[in-house]
Amino acid sequence: MGIHHDDHHHAPDGRGRALRLGVGGPVGSGKTALVAALCRALGPSLSLGVVTNDIYTTEDADFLRGAGVLDEERILAVETGCCPHTAIRDDIAANLDAVETLEHRFGPLDLVIVESGGDNLTATFSRGLADRQIFVLDVSGGDKVPRKGGPGVTSADLLVVNKTDLASMVGADLGVMARDASAVRGERPVMFTSIRRDPAVGDVAGWVAEQVRAWSHAHPAPLS
Amino acid sequence: MHPALLLLTDSRLPAGGHAHSGGTEQAITSGAVHDVPSLARFLRGRLHTAGALAAALAAAACAQAAGTPPATAPPHRLPGGQAGGDAGPWVTLDREVDARTASPAQREVSRTQGRLLLRVARRVWPSPVLDELARAVPHPHHPVALGAAAHAARAAPEDAALAVAYHAVSGPATAAVRLLGLDPVAVHGLLADLTPALGTVAADACMAVTTEHPPPHPKTAHAPPQPDPTDAGVRPDPAAPAAQPGSVQVRWAALPAYSAPALDLLAEQHARAEIRLFVS
Repeated sequence: MGIHHDDHHHAPDGRGRALRLGVGGPVGSGKTALVAALCRALGPSLSLGVVTNDIYTTEDADFLRGAGVLDEERILAVETGCCPHTAIRDDIAANLDAVETLEHRFGPLDLVIVESGGDNLTATFSRGLADRQIFVLDVSGGDKVPRKGGPGVTSADLLVVNKTDLASMVGADLGVMARDASAVRGERPVMFTSIRRDPAVGDVAGWVAEQVRAWSHAHPAPLS
Repeated sequence: MHPALLLLTDSRLPAGGHAHSGGTEQAITSGAVHDVPSLARFLRGRLHTAGALAAALAAAACAQAAGTPPATAPPHRLPGGQAGGDAGPWVTLDREVDARTASPAQREVSRTQGRLLLRVARRVWPSPVLDELARAVPHPHHPVALGAAAHAARAAPEDAALAVAYHAVSGPATAAVRLLGLDPVAVHGLLADLTPALGTVAADACMAVTTEHPPPHPKTAHAPPQPDPTDAGVRPDPAAPAAQPGSVQVRWAALPAYSAPALDLLAEQHARAEIRLFVS
């Protein structure tokens, strides 16, 4: 393979492009709230883009635009034809297109967040779309969810358990959730949040910032 | 049929097709499609209008990708060798699709699907032809991208036409299953009923827009190629390079222009809908 070999047929190796972070999880667990919080926390220091995968219309994109956490042109919505998991796992074409559109328009970016449509526990991001992924659960879905597992719970790079402020009201035992999660996740981190109480989501934002730093260090822009 | 056709028609090809209903979602919203018989009518109409047109365009694109020069002057080329701008054949063909797609929403959706398909095809079937298409038309219409991809996969124009004809009904049928909860077996029965028509549409499309040059006869192997006698009213382009024997050429003047105003209106209404699950 010579120096002039034109390799654009192959999957890009990630050099010089933004970290692509998938945020998935069941309906209502707080994915959009987390994305908004991350934009608020990281927006001042990083160049961001967001792709949303709504079930209906452009609800999530509209929420983010309305929240004023990011220049609204940096938020793109992808329709998923009744199959949110297909759009992030089996046929990632529309999402990749949206990610690359953002990078083309506003690049170089540091981080592109792809928020999945609300789905079930079997949903997970293709590694062809997301370099890292966060799976968001909430305590009101029941404290058995981490034990039930599924690829999002077991293999996401970060598991976020949200709405801890509701735990006492729904009878969820956070200790059980933490124990069950670590049993199926091994060393991979789990963070408990209440985005309503702590909109800065300091721990999660710190984890994401560290992922971005590590990514850009490992994938420097090629010398031109 | 070339085996690559199986990949090009598979709904699992990761080129974004799963999120398109081809007007079905809006037809359901409007009430026009509400059960299996009304879906059957919708699919048959779609196949013989938008499907037949897209099949012809895909066949033309596949023949174009085969690298043979146009058999006759492209319509944008003016007499006396004056080209209408410096548009190459890909740009010209792409404009032909534009001219046949009345709805702006459909044009945009077609270009989006074409771009996604081209991206997949360039990784799956790397080819200088696809590189050239991407250079000339970065956002090609879907039938153009599919025709070129079919050539890159070593399939023939009729294969490309068949793939596009199938796309014209299979995606919309699946969308109706998802949106109306129709019996999926009954809907696949509709698709099975349409298979003879798929073959006819593809063959007709291919025959209309391409001209096959027979392999050289021993006695005439060195004779100059003759103008196609079936190309009535279309002058051969004296500036075009000679056709290669055994090759397939595009008959630009024979590109059909079937229209389906109801599909155009559905596409425009869908693009303005507040609530929708599909891109188109």
